[in-house]
Amino acid sequence: MKQLSTKVTSNGHGQDSSYFLGWEEYEKNPYDEITNPNGMIQMGLAENQLCFDLIESWLAKNPDAASLKRNGQSIFKELALFQDYHGMPEFKKAMAEFMEEIRGNRVTFDPKKIVLAAGSTSANETLMFCLAEPGDAFLLPTPYYPGFDRDLKWRTGAEILPIHCSSSNGFQITEAALQQAYQQAQKLDLKVKGVLVTNPSNPLGTALTRRELNLLVDFITSKNIHLISDEIYSGTMFGFEQFISVMDVLKDKKLENTEVSKRVHVVYSLSKDLGLPGFRVGAIYSNDEMIVSAATKMSSFGLVSSQTQYLLSALLSDKKFTSQYLEENQKRLKSRQRRLVSGLEAAGITSLRSNAGLFCWVDMRHLLDTNTFEAELELWKKIVYNVKLNISPGSSCHCTEPGWFRVCFANMSEDTLDLALKRLKTFVESTDCGRMISRSSHERLKSLRKKTVSNWVFRVSWSDRVPDER
Amino acid sequence: MVSLATEKKQDLNLLSRIASGDGHGENSSYFEGWKAYEENPFHPIDRPDGVIQMGLAENQLCGDLMRKWVIEHPEASICTEQGVNQFSDIAIFQDYHGLPEFRQAVAKFMEKTRNNRVKFDPDRIVMSGGATGAHETVAFCLANPGDGFLVPTPYYPGFDRDLRWRTGVNLVPVTCHSSDGFKITVEALEDAYEKALLSNIPVKGLLMTNPSNPLGTTLDRECLKSLVNFTNEKRIHLIADEIYAATTFGQSEFISVAEVIEEIEDCNRDLIHIVYSLSKDMGLPGFRVGIIYSYNDRVVQIARKMSSFGLVSSQTQRLIAKMLSDEDFVDEFIRESKLRLAARHKELTTGLDGLGIGWLKAEAGLFLWMDLRNLLKTATFDSETELWRVIVHQVKLNVSPGGSFHCHEPGWFRVCFANMDHKTMETALERIRVFTSQLEEETKPVAAAPMMAKKKKKCWQSNLRLSFSDKRRFDDGFFSPHSPVPPSPLVRAQT
Repeated sequence: MKQLSTKVTSNGHGQDSSYFLGWEEYEKNPYDEITNPNGMIQMGLAENQLCFDLIESWLAKNPDAASLKRNGQSIFKELALFQDYHGMPEFKKAMAEFMEEIRGNRVTFDPKKIVLAAGSTSANETLMFCLAEPGDAFLLPTPYYPGFDRDLKWRTGAEILPIHCSSSNGFQITEAALQQAYQQAQKLDLKVKGVLVTNPSNPLGTALTRRELNLLVDFITSKNIHLISDEIYSGTMFGFEQFISVMDVLKDKKLENTEVSKRVHVVYSLSKDLGLPGFRVGAIYSNDEMIVSAATKMSSFGLVSSQTQYLLSALLSDKKFTSQYLEENQKRLKSRQRRLVSGLEAAGITSLRSNAGLFCWVDMRHLLDTNTFEAELELWKKIVYNVKLNISPGSSCHCTEPGWFRVCFANMSEDTLDLALKRLKTFVESTDCGRMISRSSHERLKSLRKKTVSNWVFRVSWSDRVPDER
Repeated sequence: MVSLATEKKQDLNLLSRIASGDGHGENSSYFEGWKAYEENPFHPIDRPDGVIQMGLAENQLCGDLMRKWVIEHPEASICTEQGVNQFSDIAIFQDYHGLPEFRQAVAKFMEKTRNNRVKFDPDRIVMSGGATGAHETVAFCLANPGDGFLVPTPYYPGFDRDLRWRTGVNLVPVTCHSSDGFKITVEALEDAYEKALLSNIPVKGLLMTNPSNPLGTTLDRECLKSLVNFTNEKRIHLIADEIYAATTFGQSEFISVAEVIEEIEDCNRDLIHIVYSLSKDMGLPGFRVGIIYSYNDRVVQIARKMSSFGLVSSQTQRLIAKMLSDEDFVDEFIRESKLRLAARHKELTTGLDGLGIGWLKAEAGLFLWMDLRNLLKTATFDSETELWRVIVHQVKLNVSPGGSFHCHEPGWFRVCFANMDHKTMETALERIRVFTSQLEEETKPVAAAPMMAKKKKKCWQSNLRLSFSDKRRFDDGFFSPHSPVPPSPLVRAQT
């Protein structure tokens, strides 16, 4: 064992977590409508499979891009040789404009500040290599995407410290939680290099409010540290609210072109918004020249295939397509989310009111035997092995409260979703809690509706629809 | 008000040492030649006096065959009418195992390029972001920060970045000499191993490139066996970079380490790893198809998890799977590529022979290892750099100086030939001819036409003055050519 590195012999890849074990179970017995109707339904995969028809129809109308041609002439050879780590200029321009469009064209992105990477997995790791020494820490609000344990820590040697968020305020980031996390780092003698947030959040399915974003920018300003905003789900916002990017906040606070703006970095990818995770298209956006320069050189370890860059630069340069796509994508996501939420309610299950993402943050605390993570794992195993739904337990996302689960809705057909909800309802009804529900279902639903409304009211009070909220 | 100096210092503190340092190696002379080319690239019509790129090891000779295949096989693309029914399945495919058909096709291709003398198991094939990504991943798997890999010199300068930059691993040179054709000897290996231990660098492996970059030579069976025996005995890893496997031509034969381990009893296969890519053999560097092939199950498992940081685009996996499954095409491609490489190589070597310029006898790779030792003023790397600058800025050929490959002896240059057409090669040879004849004039005694000779001498001298002013311009941030990055303790000890 000494012949291999400690990265190999330890379990820093994080893949022994239940998040990944659920996937493995799914692989062994995957649901198929015809060939395996009793198989496991995959609800642990945050994929956007709702809009392929739009892309396929675009391809049919754009044969040149589809067959690696320009003006009818094959440019295969040119693409085959293109390995410049600066990336294709037309692709970066198209990415910058797409990112602007998602943000309502309120902010601008300079293509020269974009660094391409092999997916946001690679983008996040590269940023860590640029910003942190081994042993340095980044603060992350919990719950967070389990993949960060691998992407941010494994090969970089960086540490993650949690910013504890709780259901009492809809898991929003508070000043107290930020300060506590920072102090905890100091107690552990860890140097904090920055904060990393996912906005919209995975696994919560909510966009950060303006209040939270202001808080974050103020916090990193006062501590002289970095802020990484992973905005991979920015194009999946389907709620009433507009998506507010950290770039919006810098602009509104008149912090553009300041020293603070050089410490704010955005990570993006086309894996979620366009549903193209297989193409490995990630990006880092930074106002700091040195970071752009270093990250560009590091991108040699994971460049985007030139074949893919060419196709997507044509796709994203078609503004008619992008605006139609973004609108339709949001409509379909909203409709699918509603379907999941009402199906869950019918089973007596509520979820955090979401306005973005490809999943809901579902509250199953009432189904736990005890308010413990052991009980959560027991419940999860029942849902995976008996109900045959792969959902992700909150503990795998480092949630501090047991009983929350992430349930994806955009990676399956409506029929499959309906079947999953049916199975879940049957399961809940078979438990003690479920029997209680059926006895006083009317009362319970009434109180559930109240709870849902109060959640909604609670979040709206923090949103930027209140004009003097600044 | 914070001063600029303080602000800059603060800036540096906000970045990691990796980001603010020079571990990327791009201040080396290797890249300066590229910059000269980028500022003034040769074009037969638009820029006939531009710099000809002979520093880029690319295989551009069979692009037409590839292009033709792609046009004739629209079903290989997931975007065409014929292939779009696969679009959504491929677009969501991000499984780090890779498409099974991709792995099978790559395994088959690796077998073909080794004349079907060995079998490769598709389940051991792990993807990476080009060979660049593959090398870094292998380093992360086999070594901890501070450990070392032995690397025979001269070696590809990119290794300084790929194996060291973010991993913290050291490279320990194994010195090879022109006196025996730069062979890797067991003595040199033992010597390097001892020196590493004395410098407190635990040696974790030996990395060799076969066929060699920059030499263009292939290792014979005996030498390969001795390398395997050495690493086996020392219980260290052997990493064989076989990226140029299919670029052998003429009489030269490529023997893979995969073949040799079958012939060695008690070979610990957990120590054997191959790095591969389609960038050179197929001329597809833009598609970023890197491969790690390890005989060590645990390394396969972990490298596969690390491949999440550099998976091959599924769109590309699918195209490659289709292309490499077309066995007739692959056979024709490999055959034709070898013929064209041989022809271009012959053109260059015939030209150099005619000018009395020496080169290392080799028949593989996309480049030549040219011997200009007799043109050096003194047998030093300073002299080599001076000569190199003249070649880049006056002869206008971007060739790569041996010092940037950590060559032990000054005066050698790597010259690429597979990235240009016949006319450009002719132009390059003509420029070399003019340059060497100018040098001859320089050394001719002043005789019958004293005025003319004096005039010519003046030209050469003024050229020299130009080269000195260039030196001043490049002094900022320019490190010594044979240590583009802060050298490891071992190299410092030697020099």
